[in-house]
Amino acid sequence: MGKRIGLEVSLSAAEAVKMANVDCIAAYPITPQTHIVEHLSELVNDGELDAEFIPVESEHSAMSVSAGASAVGARAFTCTSSQGLALMNEIVHIVASMRLPVVMILANRSMSGPISIWNDHTDVMSIRDCGWIQVFANSGQEVFDHVLFGYRVAESRDVMLPLIINIDGFILTHVIEPIEFWEKEQVEQYLPDFKPIHRLHPDKPVTMGAVGLPSIFSEAKVAQDEPLIQSKSTIISAWKELGDIVGRYYSPIETYRSDDAETLFITQGSYGETVSLAVDELRDDGISVGLIMDRLWRPFPFDEFRKATGRAKNLIVIDRAISYGGQGGPLAIDLRSVLYKEKNQPDIVNFICGLAGRDVNIQDFKNMYHKAMHKVKEHPREEDFEYYGVRGK
Amino acid sequence: MGMLEPTNIYAYKLITKKDYFAPGHRACQGCAEALAVRLVAKALGRDTIVASATGCMEIISSPFPFTSWRVPWIHVAFENAAAVASGAEAGMKVLMRKGKVPKKKITFLAMAGDGGTSDIGIQALSGALERGHNFIYVCYDNEAYMNTGIQRSSSTPFGASTTTSPAGKVVPGQITWKKNVPEIAAAHNIPYVATACPSYPIDLIEKVKKAAKIKGPAYVHILSVCPTGWRLPPALSIKAGRLAVETGVFPLYEVEHGRYRITVDTGKLRPVKDYLKIQGRFRHLDETMITKIQERVVEEYEKLKKKVTFTEGV
Repeated sequence: MGKRIGLEVSLSAAEAVKMANVDCIAAYPITPQTHIVEHLSELVNDGELDAEFIPVESEHSAMSVSAGASAVGARAFTCTSSQGLALMNEIVHIVASMRLPVVMILANRSMSGPISIWNDHTDVMSIRDCGWIQVFANSGQEVFDHVLFGYRVAESRDVMLPLIINIDGFILTHVIEPIEFWEKEQVEQYLPDFKPIHRLHPDKPVTMGAVGLPSIFSEAKVAQDEPLIQSKSTIISAWKELGDIVGRYYSPIETYRSDDAETLFITQGSYGETVSLAVDELRDDGISVGLIMDRLWRPFPFDEFRKATGRAKNLIVIDRAISYGGQGGPLAIDLRSVLYKEKNQPDIVNFICGLAGRDVNIQDFKNMYHKAMHKVKEHPREEDFEYYGVRGK
Repeated sequence: MGMLEPTNIYAYKLITKKDYFAPGHRACQGCAEALAVRLVAKALGRDTIVASATGCMEIISSPFPFTSWRVPWIHVAFENAAAVASGAEAGMKVLMRKGKVPKKKITFLAMAGDGGTSDIGIQALSGALERGHNFIYVCYDNEAYMNTGIQRSSSTPFGASTTTSPAGKVVPGQITWKKNVPEIAAAHNIPYVATACPSYPIDLIEKVKKAAKIKGPAYVHILSVCPTGWRLPPALSIKAGRLAVETGVFPLYEVEHGRYRITVDTGKLRPVKDYLKIQGRFRHLDETMITKIQERVVEEYEKLKKKVTFTEGV
């Protein structure tokens, strides 16, 4: 077992990047991801990590540098938040289409405007359809483990796709948690060197990023989506192997007291732990309630959700992003689609809350439960959503 | 036509017959940019990795499943050729250092048009030059967004009519002066900056070779005549390039470690009218406008000569 250290989550994420023996780090400062790149620059400048640290002039270049590095076969890392993600958006899409296995930590922060540095999921939802594998981490330990998992999956020959690890800004990035480090041997066992199928090298010239005329474009896009859909099996086996090595087992969705629950909360990211405490308190009051935490966001775990929600009467979906003019938050929209063909459809109540770091505590989730039950009773088929905790609403 | 030195006649025989930018691409007739790309590829040779911006050269050379590139080539987006080349250079450097790829000298070339360089790509270019990557950035300047249909860029010369700076009844075409990107590159204090033109192939090849040899970032700005956008017969491409140099509109010079040198001195400057009159994009210019251009060209050329004198001892 690796040693257990009390460490800020951002710093431990950087330590995991070091353990992954990353070759290139493209870094541009933006709150709340800055501590990660700051610590990486220390590790490189102190000679603890042999990597090129490239202090780019923008996030657009951060992703472009990562693309170039990955194309020559280097293991590339970058991280960003909100506006930075928006600025690199163009290249985020291209990196996926070029099948370059870059790993990025996204310290989730709200999208401007108004400008805000605090946490929600409006940034990641803006690139929901970018073609990357996307996971949410629930704790510092999960962040650490998923950096190594990220390269393992992204660089698998049958996947070859970039991967985003979402971690809640401040709520996760800036807290100190006990983190269990991996032993060097465990990393070696789990994460082989990156061996690209093709790399830019004069000994075997290849053309990357060719023009796709209409006669080939659709085929190219399907050839991109299929491996993303199919990557789920690699993801699950990589989690299994991770568990066998370090003893922590992960899955596309995590359930808590859900088996017999009439009502299920559904969350993404760090809210899961708070909701689990609310579930405990509601259970103490004799209420049949449970929780599903979504870890894998893309490819979306359809089967897992269908199975896990099969017996529930009500779902309370917690979204931390807005689909302006749409029918609720992105998670709720996907869940409605998942369950559309099911015979016993649960009622879905969707709350959008915690925007830009507004605190949502145990009592709030209990309130949401009661609000949801009221709504289900009074307006059972009404499928809209509600902003929770907003003044004047 | 300027005079050819006997050594220059002989020198052509020394150029490699090997092409790394293959024929059969889809450039327009008389495209001097495609010619420049071919010469740059010849100069750099086999052990080169190219990062190309979106633009004419990317479109004409890589319609899947075809490619004109016999060297490794990557295209990611419009404004980021310098950043992609940065990543490739840094990535290869660390892979060789860690022993994951056998050690070998590889030249990294970033290439873009004038839009991809002087407008949308200038931030990525400046960043890469400042960080000091060991790479060459070549701007193929055809003085407008030709790929999208001849729209003006900040590199379009004063007076030129384009589809977004048309010669109108009130506004006579482009009313701003061409942005001087080689000077912007030189202001980064990089070891090598040069201008070139495929009408002077030996000069171009020598400069690109020098750029590859020098450690650190190098910038080469190549005037690339575009018959389609400049509205001139394809047969006049090479001549137009020569006239640009002979009139002083586009002087050929280099800045090596801060030292300026005019590499092709064609003697007394010809009147700019000789250059302007063969191009349809300048057809609407009246004498006042031509005089204005003439004065500016002389002024800029004199400035350049002063820089040569001033930096002689550097």
